[in-house]
Amino acid sequence: MREISFVAALIEAFQEEMRRNDRVFHLCGGLGPLAGLIPEFGERRVRVCPISEDAYIGAGIGAAGCGYRPIISPGLMSFAFTAMDQIVNQMAKTHYMLGGQATFPLVLRASTGGGRAAAAQHCQSSHPFFLNLAGLKVVMPSTPFDAKGLMKTAIRDNNPVVFFEHQAYSLHNLTGPVPEDEYTLPFGSAEVKRVGDDVTVIAISRMVQESLTAAATLAAEGISVEVVDPRTLVPLDQQTLRASVQKTGRVVIVDEACITGSAAAEIAAVVTEDPATFRSLKAAPRRVCAPDVPIPYSPAMERFCIPGAASIVQGIKAVLQQT
Amino acid sequence: MPPNHRQLLEMYRKMVTIRNFTWRACQESAAGNIPVAVPANVGEEGSAVGVCAALRRDDRITSTHRSLGHAIAKGVDIKLIMAELFGRSNGCCGGKGGTMHIADFSVGMLGANGIVGGGLPIAAGAALAAQMDGGDGVAAAFFGDGASNEGTFHSTLNLAAIWKLPIVFVCENNGWAINVPASYALSVEDVSVRAVAYGIPGLTVDGTDVLAVYEVMEQAVARARSGDGPTLIECKNYRWNTSSPVGEAEARGGLRDPVLAFRERLLAEGISDAAAVGNIEKGVEVAVGEAVAFAAAGPVPGIADALADVFAA
Repeated sequence: MREISFVAALIEAFQEEMRRNDRVFHLCGGLGPLAGLIPEFGERRVRVCPISEDAYIGAGIGAAGCGYRPIISPGLMSFAFTAMDQIVNQMAKTHYMLGGQATFPLVLRASTGGGRAAAAQHCQSSHPFFLNLAGLKVVMPSTPFDAKGLMKTAIRDNNPVVFFEHQAYSLHNLTGPVPEDEYTLPFGSAEVKRVGDDVTVIAISRMVQESLTAAATLAAEGISVEVVDPRTLVPLDQQTLRASVQKTGRVVIVDEACITGSAAAEIAAVVTEDPATFRSLKAAPRRVCAPDVPIPYSPAMERFCIPGAASIVQGIKAVLQQT
Repeated sequence: MPPNHRQLLEMYRKMVTIRNFTWRACQESAAGNIPVAVPANVGEEGSAVGVCAALRRDDRITSTHRSLGHAIAKGVDIKLIMAELFGRSNGCCGGKGGTMHIADFSVGMLGANGIVGGGLPIAAGAALAAQMDGGDGVAAAFFGDGASNEGTFHSTLNLAAIWKLPIVFVCENNGWAINVPASYALSVEDVSVRAVAYGIPGLTVDGTDVLAVYEVMEQAVARARSGDGPTLIECKNYRWNTSSPVGEAEARGGLRDPVLAFRERLLAEGISDAAAVGNIEKGVEVAVGEAVAFAAAGPVPGIADALADVFAA
């Protein structure tokens, strides 16, 4: 199968969906790779906006309510916070508050995560905020294959979908197998990325790659690690996560976000709150996350803060040592 | 083009409806049938009706938290509004939105908004949709003097200007932002001068004169429909204390009651007579009574309703 980059996979998703439905269009804070769409689709469907996120994210909401399907790309999710009212009070709530009389099909798509010495404002992982925001779906793919399939589903979804891309993927040109033929992936479907027996590692976004590296390291020591990728946080595939933990009896959850209120915290609750899964546990669950600090600039400090294969190995061993 | 006879009487009917409906809603609130104080537009009927009279049904508006006037002027069925205020399932939003989220997309009312300035970008999106549709539909954003200090006012006017969006920004300056006076909060005397900063036309009009509002709105709408872009209209209004009965306008420093002023004009200029105007008023009284009955008979929503419509299918 051909291998393409994360970004190329998303561009293909955009092309296919924009051909399929002429109501799909882009509102972006800067063109970047979207420039490649202009020759085919024109500047009216690939619109660069002035740096005024509250205005163009809100305009995306209005256009979505009036029959269009915008993909809104502010760049980093950090930049979208200028539009926090539009996201929190309008985008997430309007379909519900108006009694379901209108739908707001849109994708809010942005980069997240650290590891490039850009300091706290540019390296944060804000996906936990959105888990708590009833009315938004939250998608965090870790591979080009997942990204393309999930983006197509996001565009077709009649609800606001927040779609996170780890910035390391475009930065380091992550590639992976993507079929030529069209496909979509459903929301609420986790994937076991590596089968194992001794411990379940549930990993989010780029932490999937770090967890797979950790698993390979531990395999050499005779420890069998299962890595599960939720792929979407809202809706969350509780069944697959619980089934894996029931199989292994141990769970480590790896999330680049700061530990308090992280997605890992939510997943830990989802796993342990289920009586059958709770009874199957041989050890307490463990979160491997960033500490509760704004991410620092200097690479030596940043490396300490952001979880990686080494800290994941430590976390797994700590859980194994509990029994 | 000045409004014709039918249009003039329809404007009057709508203004009386807003006035009558609002007073009745305040009474229902005092009686405990509406769980909160009703944000009232009493005294601001001129701007709501003058603006909406220049719009088509398929044109779209967004509104503020004080939306009864805009909703009624745009054509939302008052039975559905009253039922929504009562929190019943037969309300325009199924009881899910209430006083600050009145909406009916079928008549182009995209929603009241509980956040000051929250509706401007959404209206710009509706205007963008109209532009992309390739027709001549327009959008209007209602907001207050308070919202003209919010970031969204500035970023949205700029965006609408550079894209020549078919939108009219309607600022109802009633001198108060919740309880902060404009004399303190506004850096300028007239909100309309802020249009200069965005390269669009801005003008101020007496919001208590429904026909003056209609005239400037008609021009701004024509401008938008022809692709020439946005306009900022500032309506100088006076928000009444809703605990004061109708007719005390004169006591408020000679401020004009827009409904009474229009009534007088209709009679003085021979456009209508006392009998016809009286019939309109009686008709409104009946309609508002029916709206309350409709609301009172509406089902009280249950748990299933509370959990429904977080996501669309």
